[in-house]
Amino acid sequence: MHEMGIVSSVLDAVHRVAEKNPGRRPSKVGLRIGEWAGVDLESLRFCFDALAPSEGFRDLDLEIDYRYRQNRCQRCGLEFRVKDYEIQCPSCLSDNTIPAGGEELDIAWVELQE
Amino acid sequence: MERLEIRQKVLNENDRVAAALRQRFAEQGTAVFNFISSPGSGKTMLLERTLERLPLGMNVAVLTGDIQTDNDARRLARAGYPVQQITTAGACHLDARMIERALANWPGEEFDLLLIENVGNLVCPTSYDLGEQAKIAVLSVTEGEDKPLKYPSAFFKSSAMILNKTDLLPWVPFDCKAARANARAIHPEIEIFETSCTSQQGLAEWCEWLVAKVDARCVAA
Ligand SMILES: Nc1nc2c(ncn2[C@@H]2O[C@H](COP(=O)(O)OP(=O)(O)OP(=O)(O)O)[C@@H](O)[C@H]2O)c(=O)[nH]1
Ligand SMILES: [Mg+2]
Ligand SMILES: [Zn+2]
Repeated sequence: MHEMGIVSSVLDAVHRVAEKNPGRRPSKVGLRIGEWAGVDLESLRFCFDALAPSEGFRDLDLEIDYRYRQNRCQRCGLEFRVKDYEIQCPSCLSDNTIPAGGEELDIAWVELQE
Repeated sequence: MERLEIRQKVLNENDRVAAALRQRFAEQGTAVFNFISSPGSGKTMLLERTLERLPLGMNVAVLTGDIQTDNDARRLARAGYPVQQITTAGACHLDARMIERALANWPGEEFDLLLIENVGNLVCPTSYDLGEQAKIAVLSVTEGEDKPLKYPSAFFKSSAMILNKTDLLPWVPFDCKAARANARAIHPEIEIFETSCTSQQGLAEWCEWLVAKVDARCVAA
């Protein structure tokens, strides 16, 4: 279970944003999380709800932009979602495709209220 | 209300420490491998067998992560190389700071090879860069050949997969061919070794690959 560590890193980052913006209050934080990031969303939300208030964030919301595994075809350039580990290009049927997303574990944005 | 774009990795603090470690390992010519697996796949035993086979004179150190005990460190210390236990006090993975702190206990030491046994877990350790040259995923034949599909990021991020406990193949239904195909579906370039730490089968091949990596590293430094 490393979701607690992830949440505490997220809250640290939100604290830094708050410090740089005195007089405004962070109301929402947006994360981008890939299918292969190795993060369990349920437990991430659970940890967030448990930890945020004790870190001084009473009404901080969490929004997660979930990214599916994507591959890019080296022949035709198509980017497609990898389902059931099928890496073949659905358009030109080439097997020469490379990972192009789905491992994200990023803080995308923070919303501030006056 | 205003939305501020941040675009920063959640684990950027860990990544920063890991990048500094990687730089230091490159300068010192240390090859570093981070072993990940489910609990009990045989990481410690594989490292014990590996240490026995390394060339004399190779300057090797071992770090081993454990949630609670120092059993693995005691096993590994028998080979005579410097070993440190990193007890994570509940955390399910090693992080770059723990490696940095452990190395500070060996001041002035420079190694040719640093072997890191991560905490037994196929999920969390994959998110934490330790500054290693490569991750090595260990999968034992008692775990099922679909493991690479269930834990894709572990196999995607590992340079090699070691299929361990092959001595048990006569007694467990495990399809090595399917396991290889599953790993390659996730990571087409992954190196695959089949080993048994009890019969010693396959260990020579694995160690040859490892030593070649260390030698390549030393020339570059
Ligand atoms: N038959 C057989 N048993 C093995 C082999 N390798 C390891 N074992 C046994 O598997 C058990 C677990 O091995 P460990 O080396 O402790 O596994 P580990 O991955 O280090 O375990 P954790 O550190 O707890 O995650 C031990 O009882 C070993 O003796 C092997 O190749 N064949
Ligand atoms: Mg062990
Ligand atoms: Zn195509």
